Amino acid sequence: MKPLALLGRTLQLVPVLLGVSVIVFVMMLLTPGDPVEIMLADQQATPQQVETMRHDMGLDRPALERFGVFLGNAATGNFGLSFFHRRPVFDVIAERLPATIELTLAALLLALVIAIPLGVIAAIKKNSLVDRLAAVGSLFGISLPGFWFGIILIILFAVHLKILPVAGRMDFACEVAPVTYLLTIDSLLRGRPDCFTNALSHLVLPALTLALPMAAVLTRVQRTAMIEVLRSDYITFAEAKGLSRRRILWRHALKNALVPTVTVAAIETGSLLGGNMVVETVFGWPGLGRLVVESIFVRNYPLVQAAVLFYAVTYVLLNFVADILYTVLNPRVKL
Amino acid sequence: MLLTRSSATDRPAPLLSIRGLKTCFPTRAGLVTAVDGVDLDVQPGECLGIVGESGSGKSVTFASVIGLIRPPGRIAEGSIHFDGADLRTLDPGGWRRLRGRDIAMTMQDALTALNPALTVAEQICEVLVAHAQDLPRRNRWRAARARAIEMLRLVGIPAAESRMDDYPHQFSGGMRQRIMIAIALACRPKLLIADEPTTALDVTIQAQVLDLISDLRREFGMSVVLITHDLGVVAEHTDRVAVMYAGQIVETGPTRDLIAHPRHPYTRGLIGLIPRLSDLDAPIKPIEGQVPDLIGLGGTCRFADRCELRLPECRQDIPMRPVGAAHEARCIRAGEDLP
Amino acid sequence: MTAVPNDAAIVRERIESPTGQSLRRFLADRFSAAAMGIVLLFVLLAVFAPFIAPHDPYETDLFRRLQPPAWMEGGEWSFVLGCDGLGRDILSRIIYGARVSITIGLAVVMIATVIGIVLGLAAGYLRGWVDIVISRIVDILLGFPYLIFAIALMAMMGPGLKNIILALVLKEWVVPARVVRGEVLAAREMEYVEAARAVGAPRRYIMFREILPNILSPVIVVSTIRMAHVIILEASLSFLGIGVQPPTASWGSMVADGRAFVLDAWWVSTFPGLAILALVLSINVASQGLRDAFDPKFSD
Repeated sequence: MKPLALLGRTLQLVPVLLGVSVIVFVMMLLTPGDPVEIMLADQQATPQQVETMRHDMGLDRPALERFGVFLGNAATGNFGLSFFHRRPVFDVIAERLPATIELTLAALLLALVIAIPLGVIAAIKKNSLVDRLAAVGSLFGISLPGFWFGIILIILFAVHLKILPVAGRMDFACEVAPVTYLLTIDSLLRGRPDCFTNALSHLVLPALTLALPMAAVLTRVQRTAMIEVLRSDYITFAEAKGLSRRRILWRHALKNALVPTVTVAAIETGSLLGGNMVVETVFGWPGLGRLVVESIFVRNYPLVQAAVLFYAVTYVLLNFVADILYTVLNPRVKL
Repeated sequence: MLLTRSSATDRPAPLLSIRGLKTCFPTRAGLVTAVDGVDLDVQPGECLGIVGESGSGKSVTFASVIGLIRPPGRIAEGSIHFDGADLRTLDPGGWRRLRGRDIAMTMQDALTALNPALTVAEQICEVLVAHAQDLPRRNRWRAARARAIEMLRLVGIPAAESRMDDYPHQFSGGMRQRIMIAIALACRPKLLIADEPTTALDVTIQAQVLDLISDLRREFGMSVVLITHDLGVVAEHTDRVAVMYAGQIVETGPTRDLIAHPRHPYTRGLIGLIPRLSDLDAPIKPIEGQVPDLIGLGGTCRFADRCELRLPECRQDIPMRPVGAAHEARCIRAGEDLP
Repeated sequence: MTAVPNDAAIVRERIESPTGQSLRRFLADRFSAAAMGIVLLFVLLAVFAPFIAPHDPYETDLFRRLQPPAWMEGGEWSFVLGCDGLGRDILSRIIYGARVSITIGLAVVMIATVIGIVLGLAAGYLRGWVDIVISRIVDILLGFPYLIFAIALMAMMGPGLKNIILALVLKEWVVPARVVRGEVLAAREMEYVEAARAVGAPRRYIMFREILPNILSPVIVVSTIRMAHVIILEASLSFLGIGVQPPTASWGSMVADGRAFVLDAWWVSTFPGLAILALVLSINVASQGLRDAFDPKFSD
């Protein structure tokens, strides 16, 4: 891809990101209840104090000016104070983020590991039993309410079979000095296989819950792409070259059929962000999603606002990455 | 490979021998017999042209030869012998060893035939790695690469060594066609099936590609089957021609003889379609009518409906009949002296 | 089919509208038809809930707290699926819960489709600044993950049925709008539109009378698929406690209620979730059948 095209594509992000910020800002403006009063709810504040605080926070200035300040602050990671935690919102979010990233990556990996072979096999053996089972499976996958499926998994594996933990990220007994803040990776890096299995056992169920709908979508994408590719001339030509079936399928066909799958996976990773809220709540996973849900109930709006902005920006960027991936993986497409 | 040599005759044993080939495709509308009773021989070192419109069965005939008829299509009847081996009894492993090494194929459009996601180097090296016995066991890919460069130079790719790590779409149409030929010929096959090698190309490049194929045929001593709808291509580059119509061969003979004295009305119509340099002002006379449906044909000459010379007797199965030295035509009036 | 074509059938096919043909194809697919039947069953449950439900869904009875389903020890056939933490009959609450899911699913999709059609038609047919404005808004709304957008709005507006519908519609209209715009862009080059333009038909007439009927079937197909999505979203919001508020029976909040009892009363969460799964799965199967029936080229 040409650098210029990349630059042009990047510039297209600007209006979208700006629009997203406007919406987040307007959401906050329209939120009922005065933030200052919420903050000072548990204190006996005089009207004088309220007024001072309002002025300090810039709430008495016109909306447009406040939006400018908001944008500037957002760009520098200053989202104000989380009045619930009495710490900067940025710090609170940064603290919770690794757990969410770990869960999301695990789910993404799991979804790909399920979907790619399944989609390929379903395509090769079109209309076979495997294909039909995959079709039924992916119908279930997109129809499963994640919060319920998570609970069912807990009932099965944690309560009845007692082979996996009910909630959390790692037992307190395990403590690993952070490197990447992703517990599974850190425990491996620190040479603690016991902690690794512990972290992994906590990770399996939430990751599976999160991965299943995505795997369902990706299986279909992979199957359709593979069927399409197997009909193409270059597969016939590869057969005429006398190559092994394995090489034709897993090198010639898959390299092309992966393009849509990887693209959709990048987009779907954005959707995982939404699913995170539900799954983290079900499994008591100490990530950003659960933090947001908790914050709503204590009306910790600055945090909700910052998190929503963070999610939206990540989502837009993931779609952008999907676009770029598509062009990079598919040399024929010119940007 | 099981060798079942045909009985000794005066002529050398043909490299490829097709007898009574019938290839069918079930469709919703009924069973389509795309190839219906084709007999063909290809001699070692010769270039045979196969001419016909799309749907005449010319490509399906040779897809049958190289075993690339996709289910539910299948070969219903007939025999195909190549270099003494019966191809209809070949198992998948046998096909893999045959294709690319003994029989190679090029396709109409190199842009779609080359894998867009793999480099040219990989696509040419992999054939060598799969087939070339004399490559060393260790460093097979590196040895293949050296040979691939040599092959790309041979087909006229400039700066082959530096450009072979590019992807197909980075080459021009003519270069892509050359690359495809290089891949097909990398293992020096005995037979090259060139399916419409020039259709996707500009006129100026067409001639270059055809000359390249002819040169390489002489250099490697291989046989070439040139499938085309263009009699002009055949006239210049082949030794012998078979004209196909609606799944059958309707006329076959030495190229010069067939072009000079076409005996089948369809061939005559095709030749009427070649613009002659000597007579550019003469109107090109197209053949009226359509190719018949290939479902439930039989009991008639298939060209009868479009034929200006048809007689009531044409409503029967017409056999090939000799009309000259090694020249045959499927027409009851082939022997007549016609204008 | 018999070898000899039935003349009557051929004649009927000729006079039947494309939509009629599609519907017949749809009903011929037994799997989809059965799924459609289940969806209708849920609709009937919702409409006639007061007559079908064996008990009052709000009546608490602490003596029946966490009473197991009928087939387990301590269960009773008059409380088939058992009781929840307040001793309310789970089956009755599921039947009443169908009202919430179906009301919200239908309302959101229908309102969003109408908005999407109007804005999509305007963007696709009028082009110019109308298209630019609408497409920009669409792009921006697409920048939010769905659930997060809904959660943020619900956090702002507070819980409640009307707010859920509003929050979901605000994002959902983007889907039909994009479909309609794409179809209109293709349709406006078609002969029938050019013919209408040539005879000087007014713009609004061309948009709503000429183009709309011709692009309606993909929009309907997309809308049915979206309904499954919306139902899961509503259930998710209610599960998180920012959707439908207690004591109203909503499947999502019922599953949430059961979380406290996963250790000793699995049925409290399990059955409402199964109801969601059954309804959503049926809608998905039916809409897939609908899609294949309307557009056979997809069925692969």
